[in-house]
Amino acid sequence: MSVDADTVRRIARLARIHLDEGDVDGLAVELNTILGFVEQLNEVDVTGVAPMTSVTPMVLRQRPDEVTAGGHAQAISANAPISEDNFFMVPKVVE
Amino acid sequence: MSDLTRLSLTRLRDGLKKREFSSREVTTAYLDAIKAANSALNAYIEVTGEIALKMAAASDEKLAAGTGGPLEGVPLGIKDLFATKGVHTQAGSHILDGFLPGYESTVTANLWRDGAVMLGKLNMDEFAMGSSNETSFYGPVVNPWRASGSNKDLVPGGSSGGSAAAVAAWLCAGATATDTGGSIRQPAAFTATVGVKPTYGRCSRWGIVAFASSLDQAGPITRTVTDAALMLNSMAGFDPNDSTSTEIEVPDFAAAVDRGVRGLRIGVPKEYRLDGMPEEIEALWQEGLSWLKAEGAELHDISLPHTKYALPAYYIIAPAEASSNLARYDGVKYGLRVPGADITELYEKTRAKGFGHEVQRRVMIGTYVLSAGYYDAYYKRAQRIRTLIKRDFETVFADGIDAIVTPATPSAAFGIGEKDMAADPVKMYLNDIFTVTVNMAGLPGIAVPAGRDGAGLPLGLQIIGKPFDEETLFAVARVIERSQAMEFEPEKWWQS
Repeated sequence: MSVDADTVRRIARLARIHLDEGDVDGLAVELNTILGFVEQLNEVDVTGVAPMTSVTPMVLRQRPDEVTAGGHAQAISANAPISEDNFFMVPKVVE
Repeated sequence: MSDLTRLSLTRLRDGLKKREFSSREVTTAYLDAIKAANSALNAYIEVTGEIALKMAAASDEKLAAGTGGPLEGVPLGIKDLFATKGVHTQAGSHILDGFLPGYESTVTANLWRDGAVMLGKLNMDEFAMGSSNETSFYGPVVNPWRASGSNKDLVPGGSSGGSAAAVAAWLCAGATATDTGGSIRQPAAFTATVGVKPTYGRCSRWGIVAFASSLDQAGPITRTVTDAALMLNSMAGFDPNDSTSTEIEVPDFAAAVDRGVRGLRIGVPKEYRLDGMPEEIEALWQEGLSWLKAEGAELHDISLPHTKYALPAYYIIAPAEASSNLARYDGVKYGLRVPGADITELYEKTRAKGFGHEVQRRVMIGTYVLSAGYYDAYYKRAQRIRTLIKRDFETVFADGIDAIVTPATPSAAFGIGEKDMAADPVKMYLNDIFTVTVNMAGLPGIAVPAGRDGAGLPLGLQIIGKPFDEETLFAVARVIERSQAMEFEPEKWWQS
């Protein structure tokens, strides 16, 4: 499998990264180099092998369903480039 | 007084406890050394002198009262990936411009609890993506080591390049680092330092900027094996804030360092003998094995048949996790923001400007392998292969192998801006060929200096252990450390 210019544009859109048109072809070459390298995984017979979900044999811990934190609106919005009254500000999204 | 920065962390800790010198004196000596070296090495991206002196004063009081912790008064450098409350934390990236965490990572909090002093934040590859520290927004770190008779700048390895360079150049007594595919062990090997990647789950990931969550682990880089054991003792421990933190006792690692290797069964995997690998690496490996044998270890040839697939599988899994983890950098909640006509344009322009080229490339690979129609062919297949890689290790450990010894890297440190690495991303990725299997299987690994190549550059060996058996790694590494009768001190060319 290899990616063409259109696929590069589509991936960039999905990844929410703006691409200058002049960078598309170069990026396609780089991505294809990486995808070419991972191609060798197709040599491996993986029939009946379960995909790994956890590297350590563990069951995720559960805790009581209680509120343990909160009320930190000011601390959470403190690093926002633009905020107002502890709200994050973004361009208008609903007409 | 002799140069305090030259003392090992262990010696420093003991001297502080006996009040041979104060933490203020040691901290000042380090801050002076950083001032004189940093313009040449670029290891620190933020020096926290005021905080350091305040912490040192508090440590001196505790030391006077005899209530000091295990690392009381010991000055450390912190990789920029660890959240430090109110202090520069940008993962070496432009996109986190101006970000000051409102909280402290568990690992650094553990170090401060035990009395350590923070000197500053260390340079690194952007979001820990790189093997040369050249992807940092803050520019490359220069390796304190140079080939003999050469003044060419070499990379310190990555992603924890600032940590390794700072430790090697006596700019801190030890440093925190993180390892996702080799980011502790490869720079340690390039700088003749000791680097430990603990078992997945040993150190809390809470407050560490996430790259690939199923692979990331924090660990120390230090100048000696005992130093690494002491530092890991403070860093490790169960943390309910990290759902993958393992609730298991932290043993006294330092106590295990000198227990020797008599009777240990050491595995030597044939798959780590690569075509075209420099003769010197093979010779180093054989020499290291002969030291262990001389001290009573048994050597066994073993096979880890899926080794060659670890790196390609990693370059699916790690970017996939990264593309998801890095979705949060959007110009809204923190850091850089580039305005756009609508919210999508705001996201796209912010991420284009804020992420460097390597990070963009990996986010795009990750996005691609997780996208509709490709998930099974790439991501799911890679996760199946990860199961096989882990099974390889489980099989040899079940057969009675106690630890595995391999080279740490396929070469010594290379030049900054080397053209063939820049032209072909896969060439750079191959740096991690010996280390990445350990992350894929969640195992502990340590890199220890073991020799020098023909140009005088350091080379390291890697020891891989069973899950949560870091103690055996320390014991094996210590035998290698004291068997090589070699000085591992770079020429101090960087002092201005």
